[in-house]
Amino acid sequence: MNVIYVVSIVLAGAAALAVVLTQDLIRLAMAASFYTLTLVVFFLLLQAPDVALSELVVGTIAYPVVLLVAILIDRAE
Amino acid sequence: MTRRARLIVFGVAAAGLAALLIWGTLGIPDFGHYHGRYGQILNRDAVKERQATNTVTAIVFDYRGLDTMGEEFILFAAVTGVALLLRETRQRVPNPIDPVRSEAVRAVGICLVPAVLTLGLWIVAHGAVTPGGGFQGGVILAAAFLLLWLAGSLRAYTRVTPTPFVDLTEGTGAGGYVLVGLVALLLGEPFLHNLLPYGLAGKLSSGGSIPILNWATALAVTAAFLLLFAEFLEERSFVIAGKHK
Amino acid sequence: MSYLPFLLAVWIFLVGLFGIVRSRNFIHLVVCLSVAQSSTYVLLLSVGYVKGGTAPIFKDVKPGTKAVDPVVQALTLTDIVVSVTVAALLLALAILGKRHAGTMNPEELHPMRG
Repeated sequence: MNVIYVVSIVLAGAAALAVVLTQDLIRLAMAASFYTLTLVVFFLLLQAPDVALSELVVGTIAYPVVLLVAILIDRAE
Repeated sequence: MTRRARLIVFGVAAAGLAALLIWGTLGIPDFGHYHGRYGQILNRDAVKERQATNTVTAIVFDYRGLDTMGEEFILFAAVTGVALLLRETRQRVPNPIDPVRSEAVRAVGICLVPAVLTLGLWIVAHGAVTPGGGFQGGVILAAAFLLLWLAGSLRAYTRVTPTPFVDLTEGTGAGGYVLVGLVALLLGEPFLHNLLPYGLAGKLSSGGSIPILNWATALAVTAAFLLLFAEFLEERSFVIAGKHK
Repeated sequence: MSYLPFLLAVWIFLVGLFGIVRSRNFIHLVVCLSVAQSSTYVLLLSVGYVKGGTAPIFKDVKPGTKAVDPVVQALTLTDIVVSVTVAALLLALAILGKRHAGTMNPEELHPMRG
């Protein structure tokens, strides 16, 4: 297995741990977005462009917006 | 149960689960040596049979079209749930807050709206030819409208996407998918059978009924996300204006 | 070393479960649930990989060249978009839960209220 596969796998595992251990909510949204990005790199290495495109679009547009607006509603109450 | 006790019980259970899962993954074939015959047959024959060069889209909308219909209904049900929960008897807030003050952000954002719209339409249209399709392009199209809120104001966003129209589009997308399947059923073929002429591989009209299902899915996904964004954003402006109970 | 992608899937799943058990905030819980769900995408795509295979798009490539399995990619791609909508539903439930129960902490919620 190539070095680049091992590096991207380790990065994805570390990003998942970072998401779980983050307590502050705004940083959680950032960490979740970064984890999604590491998964996109891994999916591209696995020769899956459709899935990578889907995960990229969702992790950049849909998921952070919904998460951040929920956090802001929670803060405003 | 106290927090500490819960973590200890979880630790024990997770150790057992980890052992079981690792033992399970050691039994599947090595990474890179997948022997699934279904995928190999489809890779070899999908271009010849359906004239669609993107095999994954051909599987999503043609060979396994029934699974995609189920997924679309999950989407529909979840969005209906959000609308039900958040759409109480809410008056429209007369002056929604407008946090964007930098002119540069406004200018760049408004200039990006047609570019993102074109990108979304391009990705949806080329679903059967290159990587893309209704799901990915639908979210990009929703992002083009979201830029109106990000670089402008909430009022701009809600005026361009009025709720009855978005609801209608979502229903049309989800129902249109089932309608295409039912048309096949009425003509004596199996449900969701591919009926139209296949065309040439590489052209936008190739794949028979795949482009129709593609656009129906794009409509449903775009409208679903527009609805989600609208519900959350209106709830937030409602809460900030202090008018909830 | 060739089992590393499968071990990644197991690791992400267990890390997500750990986050759910340890979490003090409903929004954090929903994000950890999302992380645990993404382990299935990693597992599916790793199972379908063929060594030396290219992407299953045959626009410039002759059909018949070795390509990775397209069926698992088709399963994963619809799932990703739909899972975001379900996460949004859970977040809406969390917001309403806070409004009625007054707290976002799963440990302070009791099932029965007098």
